[in-house]
Amino acid sequence: MHHLWLIPFFPLAGFLVNGIFGRRFSKGLVSMVAVGSVALSFAWALKCLLALAPLETPHVERYFMWIQSGSLAIPYELSVDRLTAIMLMVVTGIGSLIHIYATGYMHDEDGFYRFFAYLNLFMFFMLTLVLANNYLLLFVGWEGVGLCSYLLIGYYFLKHSASTAGNKAFIVNRIGDFGFSLAMFLIFITFGSLDFQKVFEAAKAVPVEVSAGMMTAICLLLLVGAAGKSAQIPLYVWLPDAMEGPTPVSALIHAATMVTAGVYMVARSAAIFTKAPIAMETVAWVGLATAVMAATIGMTQFDIKKVYAYSTVSQLGYMFLALGVGAFSAGIWHVVTHAFFKALLFLGAGSVIHALHHEQDMRNMGGLRTKIPITFAVLACAWIAISGVPFTSGWYSKEAILGAVHHHSPLMYWIGVATAAVTAFYVSRSMFMTFFGEYRGHAHPHESPPVMWVPLAVLAVLSLAGGFLFNVPHILEPLFPVEHGGHDIMLEIIGSAAGLVGIGLAYVMYVASPGLPDSISSSLGGVYRLVYNKYYVDEAYDATVVRPLVSGSRTGLWQFGDVWLIDGVVNGMGGFARWIGGGVRTLQSGSIRSYAAWVVAGAVIFIIAAGAIAGSNGGLR
Amino acid sequence: MLVNFTPPSASEYIRVLPEILLTVGGTILMIAEGLAGERHRRGLAPMALAFLLLALGGAVVAGMDPGPAFNNMLTVDGYATFFRLLVLIVGILSVLISGSYLTRENADSADYYALILFSLCGQSILASANELIMVFIGLEISSIATYVLAGFLRNDKRNNEAAIKYFLLGSFATAFLLYGVGWIYGVTGTTNLQEIHRFLTSSESVYSPLLVSACAAMMFVGFAFKVSAAPFQGWAPDVYQGAPAPVSAFMTAAPKAAAFAVFLRVYSIAFSGLTERWQPILWVSAMATMVIGNFAALRQDNIKRMLAYSSVAHAGYVMVAVVAHSEAGVAAAMFYLASYAFMNLGAFAIVTHYVGKGERYVGIDDMAGYARQQPLIAALFTWFLLSLIGVPLTGGFFGKFYVFKSAIDSNLIWLTVLGLLNSAVAAYYYLRIIVVMYFHEPTNETGAAGPVPAGVRLALIGSAIGVFVLGVMPSAVLEFANRSAMLSR
Repeated sequence: MHHLWLIPFFPLAGFLVNGIFGRRFSKGLVSMVAVGSVALSFAWALKCLLALAPLETPHVERYFMWIQSGSLAIPYELSVDRLTAIMLMVVTGIGSLIHIYATGYMHDEDGFYRFFAYLNLFMFFMLTLVLANNYLLLFVGWEGVGLCSYLLIGYYFLKHSASTAGNKAFIVNRIGDFGFSLAMFLIFITFGSLDFQKVFEAAKAVPVEVSAGMMTAICLLLLVGAAGKSAQIPLYVWLPDAMEGPTPVSALIHAATMVTAGVYMVARSAAIFTKAPIAMETVAWVGLATAVMAATIGMTQFDIKKVYAYSTVSQLGYMFLALGVGAFSAGIWHVVTHAFFKALLFLGAGSVIHALHHEQDMRNMGGLRTKIPITFAVLACAWIAISGVPFTSGWYSKEAILGAVHHHSPLMYWIGVATAAVTAFYVSRSMFMTFFGEYRGHAHPHESPPVMWVPLAVLAVLSLAGGFLFNVPHILEPLFPVEHGGHDIMLEIIGSAAGLVGIGLAYVMYVASPGLPDSISSSLGGVYRLVYNKYYVDEAYDATVVRPLVSGSRTGLWQFGDVWLIDGVVNGMGGFARWIGGGVRTLQSGSIRSYAAWVVAGAVIFIIAAGAIAGSNGGLR
Repeated sequence: MLVNFTPPSASEYIRVLPEILLTVGGTILMIAEGLAGERHRRGLAPMALAFLLLALGGAVVAGMDPGPAFNNMLTVDGYATFFRLLVLIVGILSVLISGSYLTRENADSADYYALILFSLCGQSILASANELIMVFIGLEISSIATYVLAGFLRNDKRNNEAAIKYFLLGSFATAFLLYGVGWIYGVTGTTNLQEIHRFLTSSESVYSPLLVSACAAMMFVGFAFKVSAAPFQGWAPDVYQGAPAPVSAFMTAAPKAAAFAVFLRVYSIAFSGLTERWQPILWVSAMATMVIGNFAALRQDNIKRMLAYSSVAHAGYVMVAVVAHSEAGVAAAMFYLASYAFMNLGAFAIVTHYVGKGERYVGIDDMAGYARQQPLIAALFTWFLLSLIGVPLTGGFFGKFYVFKSAIDSNLIWLTVLGLLNSAVAAYYYLRIIVVMYFHEPTNETGAAGPVPAGVRLALIGSAIGVFVLGVMPSAVLEFANRSAMLSR
């Protein structure tokens, strides 16, 4: 026993302490509890992993039987293998950094303790999710992180847009979760268990041709779940709105950890997915389409957080693309490096927003390079990493993905490369608009305190060197054998060039000749408006799903179903029940004599009844 | 025979450790009051708690070395340990909510706590009784102490009425039980449960099935009275309504659980050979208990009386598990009683606090707007009520789930359907309280309840955790119940 349960327990304890007593604590104490609990969890995870190394087979710890009913037996089990190990390090490591940062960022906000209680609760559920050894426990974590995400998006709940964004995230995730639940039912029916080891053993033993239909159904339903949580087409719409939450939340939950849960879950279920080629192909195309669509929208946005939100959706698409072509380890590698540079981008953006007193529109920024130099320096690291400049962390994982994709389908590869160029373009655009040129705003920028920029510096180092330091595919080799031999130098050159082209284009348009973007956008006219308005997806959903649903609910379900049918039946039944109740109540006269009489009567009836039943079986024996 | 007398061994004494500790504790409490005088009354409740915790430890120690004691008159098995722990926990929670109530009513007294300890002693004997004389003794120790508790506030008319009713009717019903025991001894020549079973199933013995069935029916009258099963439930609403609120909390949980424990043990061991004869009777009784409890509760405006009827209804659900007559049924009944103990104690704890001096605010409408005055307490009350309804993630849900599952496994389809319909009806009167608390405007009369005393708060936290744990990790308790459900014949 290595007491893995302590890893999620520490943040849970932090949540309880801050949630119950936080109101009376000073801000310093709240921060100490919150940061300390996550740091402890990180330390304990590290200790466990060092003790368990090299961890080529999963280490499972069973605590107690959780649910048992008939043939369904679900123990409360946590397990660690190399995949979990990577996720653990990312979640607790980056979680710690973001907690530290948040103590500075949230310092002047109301409900300081509430924020950290939720954040700790999120850590608890996220760690449960990655440590779970069966689908149901994973689902507990899955739902839990969804709940915390909802609470934190709506953190400024007095702001209307924040509470609507929270609701949107919650409802869209419900759709995904419904798919996930169905997938779990099918898994249980097919394999008779929800336990990872048992399910994957059984799945490996199944020949592809026999159960392709069932496997495909399971995988597609899992994909629905993953698309909800990881913001893939068609369920991505909640993530950009989720940026209404405080920036550390965007960094931790909506960039680095929670949204990668879908990627983790699909990689975890690789044994089932590899038996369902159609589902794999679907995963790849969904990922690719999401990557392209979100990246193009990213080019046109002006809210700095929105740009990075679409960028997150797009990068998640990349990860799904990797999963779909069977390069599971490349996908997870991108999860890791993306966690570094995207967390950094968000936190850096937060630092900018903090410096400008809650200004988020990039048209009111510019020239901040000299005013907040530290923020600029660290953001620049994230910038080149996401753009795929050679030997940065993003470059390693992106090239690994593109290499695998090329092996699978050259068409997909070229679309991927083009998207990489677009990615570099929109990130560079945001950097140039924010830090170069003339300052266009009115607030007086000030550099953030060390408690905020030190975590940024750590992330900056990781963004630059993370790919080089952590060779994830190598670590994951026992789980996902690397099939595609060797590096193709040509592909790497093409991929790197795409990134540099994107940066160059952005330089030309936003620094060298600043008038160019406007003329291009006006010459593109309709196309530009289409992309700027995010392809009108929200409007389309509103017209095709939301409004018919609302009006259908109002007339069909509410007026007919609820008011007329259900209320009518319920009131009728209620009247009937109360009538019986009135009858029953007359039995209770309150007088001892009548109760005693009932006792006698009951006794006589029962003795006679027992006798009668006995009598039918004969006399003496 | 004295010639063959061998003194009981040390391990036999250890097996009755909780009973010893409770008796000693109760006695010390009564002496201590006289010695300490008026000023030290505040120390009584903590002292009682200390004894209860000791007894709880004693029950655990006793449970570690299972086996028979005192010539097989008692048997300490997992089943006995489960119920001993359960009634002791109920005792602890009841003592926690009693302190502030007694102070408010100016009735602080060691007698109260001593009586609770003695009553628990009787219930502990019931949990481990393996022989009909011990069953009778345990039942009487438990009941007589509870009769006195029900009328503890001497100057309160309602208390007096409750105590007299409970005493007269209880004695009456126990007479039936004793009569049945006498007959059984006459037929079989023994009072030991295993030996009765052996006699009734052996092909060599000669007896009249008619007479034995009548015995079983008469003993059923006694047990059914104690668990408030129909048609012997009449006393329950009156007594639970009239007794002091913390006593009602105690009575609806502990004596009832112990009575079910012995009921199940007697019918699963001694009369297991006659299943087809008593099962139809229990079937009717279970059905009637559920219907009477739930439908009568619909019309109540007094919150204590409503909870009293609800207690009858819940006894009906446990009866369903008894009718199932299987190991799964026994385990389900055990689980149900445990979860009922927590949710019921929690609900009563709030009522105990809320009713105020002289139990003035007992109407459901008095809770109007409570959620605004005490949001946390109202939330907890909601939590207990949801568990009483049987909403998932609460102990009440899994209690009902396991009970009805065991019934279906025993092919009791109709009883299950009736039970489920009944639980739907139950939702109405529980939800009504939630509606009143959250959506009704407070009136001038309400709002008298001050801050919640520490004892009540502790009991609330304990009960809430109990309901939560049973609702989220039911297997921890169910596994224990399953292991101990196999009663040795």
